[in-house]
Amino acid sequence: MAAGLIEATATATPLASRTRRRLGLLAAVGVLVVVVALSLTLGTRATSIDTVFAALFDPVAGNTDHSVVRDLRVPRTVIGLVVGSALAVAGTIMQGITRNPLADPGLLGVNAGASLFVVVAITFFGVTSPAGYVWFAFAGAAVAAAIVYLVGSLARGGSTPVTLALAGTAMTAGITSIITLLLITDIDTLSNYRFWSVGSLVNRDLDAAVSLLPFLLAGGVLAATIGSTLNVLSLGDDLAKGLGQGVGVSRAIAAAAIVLLCGTATALAGPIVFVGLVIPHLVRPFTGPDYRWILVYSAVLGPVLVLAADTLGRLLAYPGEIEAGLLVALLGAPVLIVIVRRSRMAGL
Amino acid sequence: MTVVKHTDADTRSSRAPSAPATSRRRIVIALLGLLVVVLAALSVSVGAYTLTPSDLVLTLIGQGSGSDNVIVFRLRLPRVVLGILAGAAFAIAGALFQTILRNDLASPDIIGISGGASVSAATAILVFGASGAIVSLSAFAGALVVAAAIYLLSWRDGVSGYRFVLIGVGVAFLIQSALGYLLTRGEVKEVSQALVWMVGGVGGAKWPDIAVLAGTLVVLLPLVAALAPRLRVLQLGDDTAGGLGVPVEATRLALVGIAVALCATATAFVGPIAFVAFVSAPIARRVVRDGSLALVPSALVGAALVVAADFLAQHALPGELQVPAGILTGVLGAPYLLWLLATTNKGDRSA
Repeated sequence: MAAGLIEATATATPLASRTRRRLGLLAAVGVLVVVVALSLTLGTRATSIDTVFAALFDPVAGNTDHSVVRDLRVPRTVIGLVVGSALAVAGTIMQGITRNPLADPGLLGVNAGASLFVVVAITFFGVTSPAGYVWFAFAGAAVAAAIVYLVGSLARGGSTPVTLALAGTAMTAGITSIITLLLITDIDTLSNYRFWSVGSLVNRDLDAAVSLLPFLLAGGVLAATIGSTLNVLSLGDDLAKGLGQGVGVSRAIAAAAIVLLCGTATALAGPIVFVGLVIPHLVRPFTGPDYRWILVYSAVLGPVLVLAADTLGRLLAYPGEIEAGLLVALLGAPVLIVIVRRSRMAGL
Repeated sequence: MTVVKHTDADTRSSRAPSAPATSRRRIVIALLGLLVVVLAALSVSVGAYTLTPSDLVLTLIGQGSGSDNVIVFRLRLPRVVLGILAGAAFAIAGALFQTILRNDLASPDIIGISGGASVSAATAILVFGASGAIVSLSAFAGALVVAAAIYLLSWRDGVSGYRFVLIGVGVAFLIQSALGYLLTRGEVKEVSQALVWMVGGVGGAKWPDIAVLAGTLVVLLPLVAALAPRLRVLQLGDDTAGGLGVPVEATRLALVGIAVALCATATAFVGPIAFVAFVSAPIARRVVRDGSLALVPSALVGAALVVAADFLAQHALPGELQVPAGILTGVLGAPYLLWLLATTNKGDRSA
């Protein structure tokens, strides 16, 4: 009887859960559409959804509502979509390759590297606009991640989850020290940098998003193909090798995807933390451990969190704003706590 | 005690400490102790007025001249002693957290406890314009409140390491947001001041502070030593530990409580000196390499790190620039850990 029961669950569960996953994904997309609509309509100047449609498809020159929607809200919504997706997917990949539930994309040193280069840009090159920071941030992210990855894989036998996670955090520690040194010795740098450093969608440059598009697409393609690799890696290095997976190569590809995605996101919006950490955890109870599903769900729910935070920021501090980067944790952390308390997961 | 490892790590770093490994640990402890003494002697001697080694010894045994006495006992020795005590306290707090929670990233500066101290102190500075002892007290209270909150939130028929760590990180990010809000809204001069406190340093060392911190260590460290054997069993997993007769939850609560008290007290006096708690134990364990808890070597690494950072922060920066020690702990500790990671065998003790 016991054997029959196991057989029954073995055949029944995949079907049921597959349907559940598909319905769940549909619901997630529905939520995303609602959040995008809210992001386009709400703000200091509330506009009706009709006006938004008119602004998008039949704009009237000189209409203030239309220009608010087209020039302010569409760019920040687009950037929120891109940034949220990129961060959440990068976070999923990071947790996959380090097998550490604390991993977020910043763990590869991406945020720290980007921040250091931006501080240097402000201090030594006098750059003071978010658009000017973009390429510095992207370069910094890439350099720091390359060093972390190199150190991680220099260890005899190649990078392991533990060396990678420790190397990333150590790198962040070192860079943070240098940043703080520059900040407390130069008050002008501090007053410029602090607003970039919290991460926000306001006054970000849509042109920059366009010029970063190739990197983003490359990262997206890598991420789209990496799901089954992450599934194999999650079994442990030995088992993965036994299954014929080139563990070193897989990790290198995954790291490249993280740098491209997270580097772009950070360059565009500043170091928005927590999205990459929390979304995979929120998603797992619905998807189960299959990384292909976790990646897809993350890509949809990452923007939901970022855009919800951005929209809430416009309403909370009316008529001012609170940066999206600050509210992401306010929205995400309680959900994370509830989910962690409920779940029976022993680990990744 | 032989333990079957279920990881793929190589067998050379087996968990049962063998005789040569233990003697290696003794040598490492001796060398680290020597390093701390040398660094301390350097810090006390070198400065605008440099003491010769013989002057230093004479002063320390009470035979020094009046000016030497002032320089040593009033100015330089307090910050060195405070640095040693605080470094050791942070390092042991970090080592305990990383071991109890079985995650190398789970040091108090990553899971929000130092953040709790920071946000509370920053509120005191930026919102209430406080300074001195009030900032210290609010930092202490902030760390305790956050630690208690994380513990209660992760309680569900016990506290599993996984839940504690994840909820801690969630809380840490909430705190980071609150801090970000304070730092972007505050007056930029005061923000800079709060930032200096949050970097952490031993510049304001006073003997009464040192006495309090030393007293805390005198009470808590013997407790750590007494609980260490249980901690080793706890490393094997909750079920195994319970099967071996260790009261899992009580031990964990006691150790978390001790770690929080160490971290909070040290933070109150020196600020959350960055990354000492995170970096010390991984460095010490990679140097000792016998799979032990390496609590004593960790404490010595922490002490050496803070004293060295303070020395360099005072004397080595260009243009007479003097900054708090916490700026340099990251710059000093991180490259060394990176180097160790790149050169040590990949099979390490971290589970």
